[in-house]
Amino acid sequence: MAKKQYAFYPGCSSQKGASGSNFATSIQLMNEKLDIQLNEIPDWNCCGASIGYGEGSELQRLVLNARNLALAETNLPGQDMVSGCPACWLATREAAERLHKHDNLMTDTNEALKEAGLNFKGTVKARHMVEVLVEDIGFAGMKAPVVKSLDGLKIAGYVGCQTNRPFGIAGESFENPMYLDKMIETVGAEPVAFDQKVTCCGGALAFSEPEKSQKQIKDIVEAAYDNGAELIVTPCQLCQANVEIYQSEINKKKGTSLNMPVMYYSQLLSIAYGGGAKEAGLDGNIIQSAKLLEIAGKS
Amino acid sequence: MSESNKAANTVAAAAVARYRNNFLKEVEERVEDGDMVKMCMQCGVCAGSCPLGPHWEHSPQKIFMMIRAGKRDEVLSSDSMWMCTSCYNCIVRCPRQLPITHIMHGLAHYANRLGMVPKGQPTRDIAKLFWDNLLKTGRVNELKFSLAMYFKDGFVQGIKNALAMQGIGLSLMKAKRLSPMEIIGGHKCKDQSGIQKMIAKAREIEDRRRGALA
Repeated sequence: MAKKQYAFYPGCSSQKGASGSNFATSIQLMNEKLDIQLNEIPDWNCCGASIGYGEGSELQRLVLNARNLALAETNLPGQDMVSGCPACWLATREAAERLHKHDNLMTDTNEALKEAGLNFKGTVKARHMVEVLVEDIGFAGMKAPVVKSLDGLKIAGYVGCQTNRPFGIAGESFENPMYLDKMIETVGAEPVAFDQKVTCCGGALAFSEPEKSQKQIKDIVEAAYDNGAELIVTPCQLCQANVEIYQSEINKKKGTSLNMPVMYYSQLLSIAYGGGAKEAGLDGNIIQSAKLLEIAGKS
Repeated sequence: MSESNKAANTVAAAAVARYRNNFLKEVEERVEDGDMVKMCMQCGVCAGSCPLGPHWEHSPQKIFMMIRAGKRDEVLSSDSMWMCTSCYNCIVRCPRQLPITHIMHGLAHYANRLGMVPKGQPTRDIAKLFWDNLLKTGRVNELKFSLAMYFKDGFVQGIKNALAMQGIGLSLMKAKRLSPMEIIGGHKCKDQSGIQKMIAKAREIEDRRRGALA
């Protein structure tokens, strides 16, 4: 079967040695099994993330994203642009849609892009990795390569914010999207009811307002425990990092004993598709799931 | 006075002269998606949807009414916009489809440009560190960004912050999710000068469009 080709925008957190590097590891085997080929956009830059607005102006942020879109359009013509990071995807899709809608912004953007030797025509569609899985591969397609069932594992599907709002996955609701639960079922695990499914982890304010965002994180992790989950799974790099990393801080400050593993959907798929702990990027997790390690270790 | 302070003062003086007594018009013309503010019907769904709701001084709903009431200083020096986590709850729930998240970002950016943000506002401070960090090489250097955040309030506080977070830092390094090598080189774009030039150009175009002196 011919592989499906996409222009890949990894984003800063997916680089080697960065906070989401194990996500980048885990999608390799997953995409190989699903016949997805990601072609990295040459010389891509940061999208400005969700905190760039403080210092970066509207046009500056548009231009940052237009540069990546233009690089994809020029170097990988005809391919949809795909990002695994919700913030990258949101910023890029928002830029693409605004430029499409407002001719004056497109004119201004191209005047600035010229300084970097580029021009954007507006033909690229910005998509999220999860959209590719749900829309182009489908749940049956995702199930086909499963060789190891994650049977009996109780998982809280934590969708978070930016994979879900303001764009989200087509056909899903903002308040109770179901695709992540369906992905959990696809690998043979059990999605638990989870009332914090679309709650914000604090995002970038984990750095600037630690007390406030750690309150969010505590609620999220405690809800996962209350609903009998053994691990949390998420499609977002910042959700993953915030919810996993700060549990030890919360324990220190609040006397709790939170120790809930937080994984990516791609780590589950990678293991279900026969990947070991290393291929699934489990060595990048600070809190391990003994059960998942055991399943990954089985041949 | 620093160059950036001088520039902020010039922009602020021009704005005050042009929009005397009409803050709504100023917001409509100068703030991202500011022309949508007048669409707010004061239902308060945004106020009830914000995850940081208990912590801000004014809800988006209040901010929008304050804009119409001409409360310029109160709005632009409010900490409310800086409490936005970019969760987009308010956007998807607003029955009048105001792009509330964008307006809050736009107000934060405008207040920052005018130099009206309360001193030491932590999210403003990290937003600046983040932007400066990404523009240097075109990509975020997470190690330098973390260190810059720890040391933003001086050396002694920086050491305290770094020590408080050393457990997390070490466990991330062990998991290969934070690389000490980033301090010397790190990931970067090839066309750094092109990126910096296009960003400078974007500011120039905006200043031209808005007739601002910056």
